[in-house]
Amino acid sequence: METITYKRVYVWELPVRIFHWINAIAITVLAVTGFIMADPPAILSNAEASDSYWFGTVRFIHFMTAYIFFFNLILRVYWSFVGNRFASWKAFFPFSKKSWRNFLHVLKVDILLGHEKHPEITDLSVGHNSVAGLSYFILFLLALVQVFTGFGLYSAMSDWWLPDLFEWVVPLFGGDFIVRTIHHISTWLFILFVLIHVYLVFYHDWLEGRGEVSSIFGGYKFVVGQRVKHKKTEEEKKDTEDAK
Amino acid sequence: MITKDKTKQSTYYESIIKQGYSRRDFMKFVTYISAYLGLENSMVGQVAKALETSYRVPVIWEHFQECTCCSESFIRSDHPIVADIILDKISLDYTLTLMAASGHQAEAAKKATMDNYKGEYILCVEGSVPMGDDGNYCCIGGRSAKDILLEAAEGAKAIICWGSCACNGCVQAAYPNPTEATPIHKIIKNKPIVRVPGCPPIGEVMAGVIVHLVAFGRLPELDRIGRPKAFYSKRVHDTCYRRPYYDAGLFVESFDDENAKKGYCLYKVGCKGPMTYNACGAMKWNNGVSFPIQSGHGCFGCSEENFWDNGPIYERLTGLHGFGIESSADTIGKVAAGAVAGGLAAHAIAANISKKKELKESISRGKRNEKALDS
Repeated sequence: METITYKRVYVWELPVRIFHWINAIAITVLAVTGFIMADPPAILSNAEASDSYWFGTVRFIHFMTAYIFFFNLILRVYWSFVGNRFASWKAFFPFSKKSWRNFLHVLKVDILLGHEKHPEITDLSVGHNSVAGLSYFILFLLALVQVFTGFGLYSAMSDWWLPDLFEWVVPLFGGDFIVRTIHHISTWLFILFVLIHVYLVFYHDWLEGRGEVSSIFGGYKFVVGQRVKHKKTEEEKKDTEDAK
Repeated sequence: MITKDKTKQSTYYESIIKQGYSRRDFMKFVTYISAYLGLENSMVGQVAKALETSYRVPVIWEHFQECTCCSESFIRSDHPIVADIILDKISLDYTLTLMAASGHQAEAAKKATMDNYKGEYILCVEGSVPMGDDGNYCCIGGRSAKDILLEAAEGAKAIICWGSCACNGCVQAAYPNPTEATPIHKIIKNKPIVRVPGCPPIGEVMAGVIVHLVAFGRLPELDRIGRPKAFYSKRVHDTCYRRPYYDAGLFVESFDDENAKKGYCLYKVGCKGPMTYNACGAMKWNNGVSFPIQSGHGCFGCSEENFWDNGPIYERLTGLHGFGIESSADTIGKVAAGAVAGGLAAHAIAANISKKKELKESISRGKRNEKALDS
C-alpha cells in the first residue's frame, strides 16, 4: 500500500485566527444576551429597583459586544486585502474556473455524498473550499444586516456619531417593530449557520484527516506532499547529480 | 400670513378675549403650549405676539376611514382655549363632526374656502383613504374619499395627518387590508406633510402642532418620517416612570401577580414602549392624569407603523406573517434549528456509509501505523 506524505502548510494567519475566535465569542455573547433581552427570565427579587441593575448590565454587555463584533469585522475586511491568499477577499467568491470546479466538486462529493470518477489531488482545497467561502460571504452580509439594524435601533439611545450614522435605518423601514423583527430573525440565521459550519468542520476533519479542526487554533493544515513545489536544497541537488 | 381685509375676521387673540377669557388665561395658554412645543422661555412672547397679530388660518378637516378618536382627543385637550378657540370657534371651515352646517351647505362652505384661500389653507386629514375598488369603500356626499382628498390637497398649503389612520393606516390597513386603506403620504407626494401618529394622538400634541403653524407660519421641525420632533423624538420607554424596574430586571409576569401590584415593568406582558416613539410618558393624557402604563396596561405602540400586525398585544413575540397565525420568529427558529440538526445528523450517518471505503482505508492505515510505532 502506498504511503501518503503530508506537508504542513501555514494557512490561517494569526489575524485570521484572532478574528475567527473574537467573532465566534462575540456572536455567542450577542445571541445569548439578545435572547435574554427579547425574553428576560423571571428573576423574583425583593430588592429595590434602585439596588439592582442586572437587566441594564445584560444590555450593556450586548451593546459593548456589538462594538467589538463591528470593529473586528472591519479589521477582517482590511485583512482580506493584505493577508495571504486564503484570507483574501477573492477566496470568498467562486469566480475563477478553478474555484467553480471546486464548488461543483464540494456540492457533489461533500454535500450530496457522491463520488468523483476521476479524483484529482487539487479537489481538496487548502483554504476554504468554494462553497464554504461563499457561505462566509453570506454570513458577512448577514453580519451587515445585524450591524445596520442593531446600530439603527441603538442610535436613538446614543449621542456618538458612529451609531448615529445608522439613524436612517429605522425611518427607512417605518419603525422599531420591523427593524427589531429583522434583527431577531437574523440571529436565528446565525444560529443555523453555526450549526452547519461546526458540523462541516468536523465532517472534513473526520473524513480527510488534514487537521481541519486544529488549523483554526494553530494555523496549519496538512496538504498532500505532491502539491507542494519542492525547492531543492544544495545538498539534494548534488545527490541527484551524483545519481546521474 | 393671511391679511385682515381678506378674512374680515379678528385675530386669534381678539377671538379669545371675545370668548370671555382674560388676558391672564391667554398668557397661561401661551406659556403652556410653548412649553409643550419645547420652546425656550424667551419664545413665549413671540408666540403671544403671533397669536395677537395673526389672522385665522383657514382649516379644512377631512374625515375618512377613522373613528373620530383624534377629534375627541383634541377637544379634550388640557386647556379650554384649545377646544374653544383653535378648533371650535375660529379655525375650522369644514369638519364633519363639529360643524353646524350640513348637506349641500357644508359642501358649499368647503368649496368657498378652497377657492378663496387657494394655497393658504391647512388641510387636516383624519383617517386613511381606501384605494381598493376605485375608492368606493368610503364615500362622503356621494364622492369617494380618494376624490375628496385629491381635490382638497390640491390647494392646501400643508397637510396635517392626524392619528395613525392618516399616518400609517392603523387597524383598517392591518393584514389583509381588504379595502387597501392607504395613509396620506403615500397618495399625496407634492405637499409638505406633518404626520402626527397615535390612536389617538395626545390632544396637547395636536394643539401644539396647530399653534406652531399659526404662530410661526411654518411647520414645526420634523424627523425623517415627518413627525414633529418635539413630541416624537423619544420612546415611551425612555420617559416611562417604570424604567428603573426594567433596568433592574423586575418584570410583571402576569397581570394578576404580585409584581403587577408592585408596579414593576410591563415589558414581559407585551409593553411596546421600547419601540414606540411618542410623548405619553412625559405629557400623559387627560390633563396629565395618567397614561396606559401608569394604569397598569402596557403600551401597545399605537403610534407606530403596522402596530396591529406586529405580534400579539400581551406578549413579547416577534410575529411573522405567512407562517400561520401569531407564529413567532422563535418558534420558527426552533423548528428550523431542529430540522437543520436532524438533517446534519442524517448527513453524518449517510457520509459514514457513503465514504465507507475511504474511511476503512484510512482507519486501517492509522491502526497499522500505531502497531508499527517504534517506541
